[in-house]
Amino acid sequence: MSLWPQWVLACDGDCGARWALLNPKGPIAAHEKGLIITAFALMLLVVIPVIFMTIAFAWKYRASNKKAQYEPEWDNSTKIEAVVWAVPAVIVAILATLVWKSSHELSPYRPIHSASQPIQVEVVAMNWKWLFIYPDLGIASVNRLVIPAKVPVSFKITSDTAMSSFFIPQLGGQIYAMAGMQTRLQLVADQPGSYQGLNTQFNGDGFAGMHFETVAASSQDFDSWVAQVKHGVTPLNEETFKTLEVPSENVSPRYFSSVEPKLFERILQKYLPNAAAAQPGQHGMNSTM
Amino acid sequence: MQETLFGKLTLSAIPYDNPIVMGAIGAATAMGLLVLGLITYFGKWGYLWKEWFTSVDHKRIGVMYIVLAFVMLLRGFADALMMRMQQAIAQGGMHGYLPPDHYDQIFSAHGTIMIIFVAMPFFIGLMNLIVPLQIGARDVAYPFLNSVSFWLTASSAALVMISLGIGDFSHAGWSGYPPLSETRFSPGPGVDYWIWSLQLGGIGTLMTGINFFVTILRMRAPGMTMMKLPVFSWTILVTNVLIMLSFPVLTVALALLTLDRYLGMHFFTSDLGGNQMMFLNLFWIWGHPEVYIVILPAFGMFSEVVSTFSGKRLFGYHSMVYATVAIAVLSFVVWLHHFFTMGAGANVNAFFGIATMVIAVPTGVKVFNWLFTMYKGRVEFTTPVLWTLGFIITFCIGGMTGVLLSVPPADFVLHNSEFLVAHFHNMLIPGALFGYFAGYAFWFPKAFGFRLDEKWGKRAFWLWLVGFYLAFMPLYALGFMGMPRRLVHYNNPAWQPYLLVAAAGTLVILAAIVCQAVQLVVSIRNREALRDVTGDPWNGRTLEWAVASPPPFYNFAHIPHVQSLDAFTDMKDRGVAYEVPASYQDIHMPRNTAVGVVLGGIAFAFGFSMIWHIWWLALGAAVGALGALVLRSADDSVDYILPAQDVARMERERRQLLAAHEQADTSSESHLAHQG
Amino acid sequence: MSTIAQSHETLGHHDGHDPVGNATFGFWLYLMTDCILFSSIFATYAVLGHNYAGGPTGHEIFDLQYVFAETMFLLFSSTTNGIAMLGMHRNSRTQVVNWLVVTALLGLGFIVMEVNEFVHLIQEGNGPDRSGFLSAFFTLVGTHGAHVSLGLVWMVVMIFQVMGKGLTQPVRSRLMRLSLFWHFLDLIWIGVFTVVYLMGVL
Repeated sequence: MSLWPQWVLACDGDCGARWALLNPKGPIAAHEKGLIITAFALMLLVVIPVIFMTIAFAWKYRASNKKAQYEPEWDNSTKIEAVVWAVPAVIVAILATLVWKSSHELSPYRPIHSASQPIQVEVVAMNWKWLFIYPDLGIASVNRLVIPAKVPVSFKITSDTAMSSFFIPQLGGQIYAMAGMQTRLQLVADQPGSYQGLNTQFNGDGFAGMHFETVAASSQDFDSWVAQVKHGVTPLNEETFKTLEVPSENVSPRYFSSVEPKLFERILQKYLPNAAAAQPGQHGMNSTM
Repeated sequence: MQETLFGKLTLSAIPYDNPIVMGAIGAATAMGLLVLGLITYFGKWGYLWKEWFTSVDHKRIGVMYIVLAFVMLLRGFADALMMRMQQAIAQGGMHGYLPPDHYDQIFSAHGTIMIIFVAMPFFIGLMNLIVPLQIGARDVAYPFLNSVSFWLTASSAALVMISLGIGDFSHAGWSGYPPLSETRFSPGPGVDYWIWSLQLGGIGTLMTGINFFVTILRMRAPGMTMMKLPVFSWTILVTNVLIMLSFPVLTVALALLTLDRYLGMHFFTSDLGGNQMMFLNLFWIWGHPEVYIVILPAFGMFSEVVSTFSGKRLFGYHSMVYATVAIAVLSFVVWLHHFFTMGAGANVNAFFGIATMVIAVPTGVKVFNWLFTMYKGRVEFTTPVLWTLGFIITFCIGGMTGVLLSVPPADFVLHNSEFLVAHFHNMLIPGALFGYFAGYAFWFPKAFGFRLDEKWGKRAFWLWLVGFYLAFMPLYALGFMGMPRRLVHYNNPAWQPYLLVAAAGTLVILAAIVCQAVQLVVSIRNREALRDVTGDPWNGRTLEWAVASPPPFYNFAHIPHVQSLDAFTDMKDRGVAYEVPASYQDIHMPRNTAVGVVLGGIAFAFGFSMIWHIWWLALGAAVGALGALVLRSADDSVDYILPAQDVARMERERRQLLAAHEQADTSSESHLAHQG
Repeated sequence: MSTIAQSHETLGHHDGHDPVGNATFGFWLYLMTDCILFSSIFATYAVLGHNYAGGPTGHEIFDLQYVFAETMFLLFSSTTNGIAMLGMHRNSRTQVVNWLVVTALLGLGFIVMEVNEFVHLIQEGNGPDRSGFLSAFFTLVGTHGAHVSLGLVWMVVMIFQVMGKGLTQPVRSRLMRLSLFWHFLDLIWIGVFTVVYLMGVL
């Protein structure tokens, strides 16, 4: 049962682009949408009566209504007090169990159960574009993320600039990209399609143009895309990476036929607090807490 | 030479080439000159200096805070208007009228101004005006410190204003996240303006926090136990605890960022061992309690308003007090919900998510208590009551979206979106601003001796309410459409209709603000008709209504003895509210002093010279401030004695006025006649 | 801050209220806010304390004996401050002034040693801009040092006030608060010494 009015849910062709959060295309996003609706419904149980009571009480006990009871000294009722503490407390208790369960189930670190082996993608936020490295395939792209549908994607995310936030609304939640730190995200697309991806964390003048298209392709299409990219002429090496580091805005997609090994680790490494000593993998955000 | 004298400041810091900025400067300067010209024309400089600027009277200081808040509200609102207009048009091929560089400054300034220079001075002003009266005190604990606090706030607001014309303001958002706010990404003076205005204002606020905490704890009228303390004063007490506990953390966060920027240290840089998330932690350890610092006083104002205009005792006073304390305690264990998406573990996120929702319980209790205060009451729909009703309904919606955001996986999709923008405006506009407006209408007659015009007040309310819904409900929808905040431009035609509605909403709010300005003018013009001679225009329940309006500078000729929570109602019931004491006593009063203004000026010079790296001036200002304090501490005659016969004369004059008033309308429904 | 808070106590009685008590209470509150300020810096040091960024560790740059001597200056200055306060209770102006002078000299010795340590570190290329660890170290120790320096200025002012005004009620009240402040800084230093130096070397 849906609590949304029809006009909100009505699909007129480009529904996905329009109500991104309400049209999930992957299990993570679907779960998150369900969570929002459940929490919303639970809270309406209190909020609607309160709004109704506000209007009703104010109207009934308006000064001009001399027929209404008037008890200026009445200021306490154990029964009412018990109810007003208990009702919100019960609802919050229910929500709290929901929070506990969902926080673990939807943790961005938790691998997605699937028959297929997840594909690895390394994401680097740059000024002002996204770099996607496919370490196992040895290719990379800028501002276009191509993934096979129905295959879990395991992201490692960092930043080569100010803090950014990596987000594909129809596939699942976002996570920060921070220099010197590596965050993780697990997503999967249920069906082939094109989904908007973006940065949500303001990171400077080019922020508004820092979005990308996510293309979930069938496995054949994906394989042929990989082969096509590998046929390209531009490798991602130190030289081409330097050109990427130059700030640019509204960048069109680019592809790299090969990638210097360990490039992601090198980007991470250059910011690490103990440059020489540390292992990149251990510097998730947990070290901050 | 040039660099030694002027640091980084050159003539090119003035944005001559930017017509929009120059227009804004022109308008602001013209308005400023108009005010200065009028003061000069009417020869009021001496009066202002002697009676206001150098005053250590909490009521005067309170009024100056509120004036500051209104001036800054205009600035902050102009920013909002510009942003909404930009987003309404900057779709696809259209790029709007603001370049990113300018737009970024506007949203950074808007947030900073609205929180630090509107919300804070507004409630601090009302607190200054009312709290000492409400607890039956003649003054605050440290009147001079109070003056210093105000002038520090005013001079830091002046720093923000001057950034408009000299240099620029921060581009890094009101929360100034590093490394974006570090010199690597923000080399200009903008972030420094942000740092120093927050830092100086923050120090002023911290001193205010100590001042009022001591005032409430130690200077209550005899008989006023903690459980007879009016609920507004309770919320203020708790707010000041929050200020004392949280503002030092802001001081540190800003100071460390300052050290990064000025001395090349590595607290929050990306490289050489800095940790950017440490700033987020520190900033929000202050920032979340800060939300309650601006909201709790408004809760107190709503409580006073509901009870007074329902002609009834506040329902569940004890619950209200416990709920306030509970909210305050919880506000310190929720800061991480501002960055669930940093990738902390599930346990950490779940803990902070649950702690956040728990706040909904005491908040919900408060809402129910306001409702049951109206229950079996006689609710008069005055402007303050309208603000309160508008608040309760709207705040419920904001609270709901807040609980939604506290579910970490839901936050993963809603964080940094327009949904979030809608949510916090939905908390702060009804939850703080509506409360202050209610307090403003409620206590205005106390400060000036005449009421505000009701008709224009109600117009302002309805326009604010409608404008609010138009401006922010579409943003909730946009959040579900995946629109992030802070976009200067977008390529999604589906968003535009919603942004157009939001822009229209801002225009409605503009009309509301115009109504408020008209209300003030109309009320001043009709002040004789709106005059309140009794000092008690609303049949008030607490001690601030026991004195004349405006109150004499010594507040109470005779400190009342409190026997009940609604002390003044109780005194009226017992027929002792206007009792003439057998004799009067000498009163010790603090002398006015210019040291507060001077320190404010020095703070401004210090902030400005630090921003522009004019080291000699910064050093001079620091030495000057220290010198002023040393000189002040050597001055042992900071007070004087008001002789008993003067008190007696002033009180006699007030009684004569009251008697004349009573005679004039014995037949009318004067409250005094009622109780007489 | 502290000098402002104290200047109001001459107001006399506020109709049963007690300004001297207010000033002392307010000063305690100020010290608590200062405590939070230091806690935040300590927390930052705890987070950044091992971010050497290829630079030196605490073990390599701290000279425990030197810092121990520095600590002794401060601890003794607390004792001498106590003797000055005893003098105040005994109404002996000379005792107050003399022991405040001794206290100030000891405090000055502490500051000189600290500045000397800083200068050496910077000259060796281990300044606060070298690494996150050194930023946090200089800031934590330096914030304490700045407090001690302001305390010294206050102490000089009080020496002159005692000489010029005598041990009047306001002056006594200020001396009380100065003494609180001084002991408070001692306590903070014990924290600094333990967390930064001892734990850094051991």
